[in-house]
Amino acid sequence: MVAERGWPVDVLPLPPLLHNHPERIAGEVDELAGELLGRYATVAVGYADCGTYGALDEVCERRGLSRLEGLHCYDIYGGADRIQEIFEAQPGTYVLTDFLVRSFDRTVIAELGLDRHPELRDAYFAHYTRMVWLAQRPDDELRRLAERAAARIGLPLSVVPTGHTGLERALEILLTSTAANPA
Amino acid sequence: MTSPGMTPEEILQKMYDETLLGNAPEVLSLTHQALELNMEPQTLLFDSLIPSLEEVGARFERGDYFVPEMLIAGRAMAGAMEVLRPLLAETGVQTIGKFLMGTVKGDVHDIGKNLVNIMLEGAGFEVIDLGVQVPPERFVEKIIEHEPDIVGMSAFLTTTMPMFKANLNALQKAGLRDQVIVMVGGAPVTQEYADAVGADGYAPDASATVKRAKDLLQKKRALVNA
Repeated sequence: MVAERGWPVDVLPLPPLLHNHPERIAGEVDELAGELLGRYATVAVGYADCGTYGALDEVCERRGLSRLEGLHCYDIYGGADRIQEIFEAQPGTYVLTDFLVRSFDRTVIAELGLDRHPELRDAYFAHYTRMVWLAQRPDDELRRLAERAAARIGLPLSVVPTGHTGLERALEILLTSTAANPA
Repeated sequence: MTSPGMTPEEILQKMYDETLLGNAPEVLSLTHQALELNMEPQTLLFDSLIPSLEEVGARFERGDYFVPEMLIAGRAMAGAMEVLRPLLAETGVQTIGKFLMGTVKGDVHDIGKNLVNIMLEGAGFEVIDLGVQVPPERFVEKIIEHEPDIVGMSAFLTTTMPMFKANLNALQKAGLRDQVIVMVGGAPVTQEYADAVGADGYAPDASATVKRAKDLLQKKRALVNA
C-alpha cells in the first residue's frame, strides 16, 4: 500500500506473533520507537489499541506519537459498526484477517498447542459458532486457506469482503496527523 | 506407563509427574491403581494432585508453561477428580471454599476463566462453573442453590464488562450481595474498573486470583468470627 500510494514511509514491522500477546505490544512499540526517534524526523505507530487496553496510548502520549484509530485491526478493516453488528449477531464469532488466514497454522494452531494437543479443540472453540474472514485481498489461495482453517477447527466459514480501503483511510489519517504534529 | 507393584509413595510421585505433563489417561490409571491399594482419596488430592497443579501455576508464572500446558494439566487433574470427588464427599473432606464462576452475558470467552478454575481447584477450592453467557438472573439462581463463598465474573470484551454492574445490581436486588464475595476479571478489566462497579476483588491473572480469593475469604471469615 505504501508503494502503491508512493508514501515516503519506511515500514518497520514488529513480530507478528504479538497478535497473541497484546500485553507485550506497548513495551515493544516503546523500545522500537525509542530507537527510531533518533533516526527519523517523524514516527507513527501502525497499531490500533489492539488489546493493550490503554497501555499503548500511554506510550504514544509519553513519546508524542500518533497511532491508528480504533480498538483493533478488525475495526479498521471492517469498520467498527459492522464489526459490532457481526459480534452482536453471533457472540461466538471467531474473526480472521488475511494475515491470520495466511499464518493460521503458526499463529493459531501452533500457538494454542492444537498441533500437539488436538483434544484441546473444545477448550478453545466449544462456544464459537462461526468463523468470519474479513477478506482484504481475497484470492483463490487465501480462499482455500480460509476454508482449511475453518475445517481445521470445525466452524462454518463466512466471508465478509472488506477490501483495504479502511486500512488505507486509517493510514492516511495517521500520516496526515503525524506530518502535522511530528514527534 | 503405570507399573504394577508400585509403592504408594511411588504412585503419588508418578501422579504428580504425570499431572504436570498433562497425561490424563495415565493420571486416571494411577488414580484407580491407588484406590485399589486402599490409598485415601484425600492423600491423592492433597499430596499429589494439588501440589502438582501448584507447580503448574508456578511454571506458568515463570513463563515456563503456556496456556496449552496448563489446560492439559487441568484436564488430567479433572479426570482424576471425576473419580475422587464422590469419594471425597463421602469422607466429608472440606474444601477451602466454594467458588461460583461464570462468563457474563453476551460474552463467550472462557479460556481465562477456565485457567482460573484449574488454579482454584488446584488450590483446594470447590469450583462450580456456570459456563459462558451467564445472565444476571442465573447468577442469582445459582447463588441461592449453591451458597458459594465467592462469585467470580469474567468478561473479555470492553462491550461486555458493564454486565458486572448489572450482575451486582441483580445480587443487590435479590438480597444476596452481602452473602457473597464478588470477584471480577478478564483481559480488559482493571482494579479501578472493579472498584467502580463495586466488586470486592479483582486479580489480573489466574495465580493472583487464587491468592486474592484466599485473602478475601480469610478476611470475611475473620469478620464473621469476630
